[in-house]
Amino acid sequence: MAELPSTFHDWFFARGWSVHPHQQAMLDRAGDPALLLIAPTGGGKTLAGFLPTLAELASAPRNGLHTLYVSPLKALATDIKRNLRTPVDEMGLDIRIEDRTGDTSATQKKRQRADPPHILLTTPESLALLTSYEDAPRMFAGLERIVIDEVHALAESKRGDQLMLAVSRLQAMCPGLRRVGLSATVEDPSAIATMMARHPDACEILHADPGPLPDIAMLETDERPPWAGGGGAYAIPAVLDAVKAHKTTLIFHNTRAQAEIFFHKLWLANEDDLPIGIHHGSLAREQREKVEAAMVRGDLRAIVCTGSLDLGIDWGDVDLVIQVGAPKNVKRLVQRIGRANHRYNAPSKALLVPANRFEVVECIAALEAVKAHDLDGDPRGPGPRDVLCQHILIRACAGPFDADALFAEVRSVGAYATLPREAFEACLDMVATGGYALRAYDRWQRLKQGADGLWHLRDPRAAQRIRMNIGTIQDTDTLKVRLKNRAGGKPLGEVEEGFAATLSPGDTFLIGGQIVRYEGLREMTVEVTRRADKTPKIATFLGTKFATSTQLSARILEMLKQPNWPELPGHTADWLALQREVSQMPRVDRLLIESFPHDGREQTVVYGFAGRNAMQTLGLLITARMEALGLNPMGFVSTDYAVLIWGLDRIVDPAPLFDADDLRDAFETWLAGNAVMKRTFRASATIAGLLERNTPQARKSGRQATFSSDILYDTLHKYDPDHVMMQITRDEALKGLVDFGRIEEMLARTQGRVDHVILPRVTPLAAPLFLEPGRVPIQGLANERLLAEEAERLLGTAGLAEPPKREWRVPY
Amino acid sequence: MNEKTVTLAGQTLALRPSGALFWPEQSLLCVSDLHLGKSERIARRGGALLPPYETHDTLTRLDEELTQTGARSVICLGDSFDDIAAAESLTEEETLWIARMQAGRDWVWVEGNHDPGPVDFGGSHKSEVEIEDLIFRHIATTDGVGELSGHFHPKARFVARGRMISRPCFLLDDRRLMLPSFGTYTGGLCWTDRAFAALFPRGGRAYLTGKTVTEVPMPVAQAAE
Repeated sequence: MAELPSTFHDWFFARGWSVHPHQQAMLDRAGDPALLLIAPTGGGKTLAGFLPTLAELASAPRNGLHTLYVSPLKALATDIKRNLRTPVDEMGLDIRIEDRTGDTSATQKKRQRADPPHILLTTPESLALLTSYEDAPRMFAGLERIVIDEVHALAESKRGDQLMLAVSRLQAMCPGLRRVGLSATVEDPSAIATMMARHPDACEILHADPGPLPDIAMLETDERPPWAGGGGAYAIPAVLDAVKAHKTTLIFHNTRAQAEIFFHKLWLANEDDLPIGIHHGSLAREQREKVEAAMVRGDLRAIVCTGSLDLGIDWGDVDLVIQVGAPKNVKRLVQRIGRANHRYNAPSKALLVPANRFEVVECIAALEAVKAHDLDGDPRGPGPRDVLCQHILIRACAGPFDADALFAEVRSVGAYATLPREAFEACLDMVATGGYALRAYDRWQRLKQGADGLWHLRDPRAAQRIRMNIGTIQDTDTLKVRLKNRAGGKPLGEVEEGFAATLSPGDTFLIGGQIVRYEGLREMTVEVTRRADKTPKIATFLGTKFATSTQLSARILEMLKQPNWPELPGHTADWLALQREVSQMPRVDRLLIESFPHDGREQTVVYGFAGRNAMQTLGLLITARMEALGLNPMGFVSTDYAVLIWGLDRIVDPAPLFDADDLRDAFETWLAGNAVMKRTFRASATIAGLLERNTPQARKSGRQATFSSDILYDTLHKYDPDHVMMQITRDEALKGLVDFGRIEEMLARTQGRVDHVILPRVTPLAAPLFLEPGRVPIQGLANERLLAEEAERLLGTAGLAEPPKREWRVPY
Repeated sequence: MNEKTVTLAGQTLALRPSGALFWPEQSLLCVSDLHLGKSERIARRGGALLPPYETHDTLTRLDEELTQTGARSVICLGDSFDDIAAAESLTEEETLWIARMQAGRDWVWVEGNHDPGPVDFGGSHKSEVEIEDLIFRHIATTDGVGELSGHFHPKARFVARGRMISRPCFLLDDRRLMLPSFGTYTGGLCWTDRAFAALFPRGGRAYLTGKTVTEVPMPVAQAAE
């Protein structure tokens, strides 16, 4: 057993603490090349990560960088710096701790490179940038340990891939580097261990005591949940009562828009003037920091929030978590519940609020999954190649490199362990020459191979441009929102460019809990004025919705099989029983399709249970096939469990529409021209360095004619359809919003077993679909027609032409 | 026909869905801002290696316009090349292609800010061209009358039933006509930009390119501060 220096014991003793078993285990295994600690929030996880560093530096003082700490949040780095300072100062240790993020000053950054602290706290992006400097080996000389906090969150995104590639660079510079990962509870710890250890090193997984089971239940409300919708507004009186009965409550929502609307309604109903705040990712930093500070001081009784509070920072005495809307994913639910009661060994208390009738089923299924410790998650698949392209560029910035050596380093990263040499070469070729079928850039290659066989940047000035574009986070293009006539005033927050584009002067919307009126767009800033209206004209439209996970969907299908549902509230159980009586229950191994007339149209419902994104894709594919067959589909709407299609003609024989091979063919054709592909292309091409978000010129001028990445996609599609960037885009699109993988999963479990039920009227399960927002009209030449219509309208208002006689409507 | 006919200084001009302008009386085709060699220029300066097909694509579309209109003369209204060196970077195939299109045609390269000097191609080089009552120059002047220009890459952007529509466009008032950029990698400047308000102080009409040319009024310019 590794002994802590006595100063440590004295310090622990003085505080009435003792070393947790998992903290001791971390000390015992401090020499391991890789270690993963799984611990619930509040388990002294961070200290467990740092204890070996502090002990080593206390017993053998030295200069230079000893430990690098990486976290997904800038704020977390700052927070840890503060928290770590206390024990270090109280024990009188001579240890320098500094953070380095995008917010660190240039002078400070420069000094850190010349004279690094003992412990440097940073983010994956800042670390990638550090490895791009030629003096990186000097700065990292003597680095002993790297501590990766919230590694489970990083493992879910390309930020994790980028981080592990950067760590492979560090390992090459410092062969003795030891890696430590700190993770919340996850379904597959070994996947995270594989991701973070040097391949094929072993990585021991240590489990902290998970603490007592959470105290988790459905929120009892007087009013029944509505049939459809996602707001949870019906539950506001019960939520307020729960807030009153607790010290501090976090009220989680799945989207920012829902958080805004809920907060607004909560405030209107808040007759006791309880101090309640709102916190989400598109609020301005100043606004968020204000709320965070108030929270730490204990001034707030509740915070309405989104995923922005999912991670790490200790928010003081939260004793209740309320999740509004079905959690969609059990793992996220467990992590959110963990935010309540940050004290070790006290059960976390949580309440679930289903937003609609179907979500009651989903919430109960999630609750049971939590009790059964049955977490969900999808395997991540091989490391993405766009991130690899960026890594090659970053490597080139640091100086000439040998392709064999770099390939070996990349393969030491778990996610890239099976990367074929050809795939690596294709990425290198793309980065160096563009990789086009037309060899156009012989003179202007980005990377060139010297006579010594080493690759280097042709133009050293390129290093600056590459560094300006490091990172894998895709900020959807957002615009700042400011109050008009307050030039230089604090921004209220941000909205997506697409949302801003739909606003007309006079429209009102919610941001940061206030209602504002859109006045106009100036220099890429949305200008608004405050309004005292009761209800906004338009809600905000922000954030993508999560799809219900495969595992949770399977649990729901299992539940539907039961003969009756004593665990469900009466209204929901009755609803399901009625469905069974008039139609059928959807089943895991069969595809239920219902057809009935309604609203003067023929309606068809497909119960695919494949999650929102896949059901959306399925809707697009099936309607495209119906169009081709002359079935005149007019539109569709999708949810996590079903897609509702309406049209002029009844579907008589749906089975052929779901033929797996035909569906795949239709998918290929559809995919090529799809907007999702273009969006994915933009994201991947930016990461791979084909598109530059930031250029030195753009920064100078601010304004310039922009040309859309869609043009690049169309050009490649036309002249070079097999280009590696197109292959990367396709791979990415399949995983992301298109989610064809889950359509495949649905096809595999139903094997063409289609149950087609023809009914005279709407069925109970189908009814909520008619209230679902997000109806998609089928567009043929709709854009041209919309354009013609709008042109007529505009000409009409300008007095240049006769006003249109009849308004044309989107045919639902 | 999908094109739209307008008059400027008494002359009848056809605005083509491609963004080119055809003057039937003179059998003259005018295109602006081809920016040939743009991807090469970006690469030369150490930037991204964009798909190097835009010169080919731009020339293909220009060739189609020549075939369809049967134009006997051509005016390239400036910024035909992304810079002078880009002009020299065109492949032999592309150079021959331009020569082939020039054969039998009266061809004028109007100078632009990107290509201020003469380039090594056939045809004549001029800072501006006057024909009848029309004057062709790259950048519009505030007191120009009967003026055709390019440079700004005008682009219309508005929302129709919640859907954003963005298209390169011609802008026209009683004094001047501004052409959209014709080059493949050129993009555009939103018509609400102040630059347009100064040149079209009393507003004007926009003609959107696309499958057919669509006419809409320009948004009323906001008072510049």
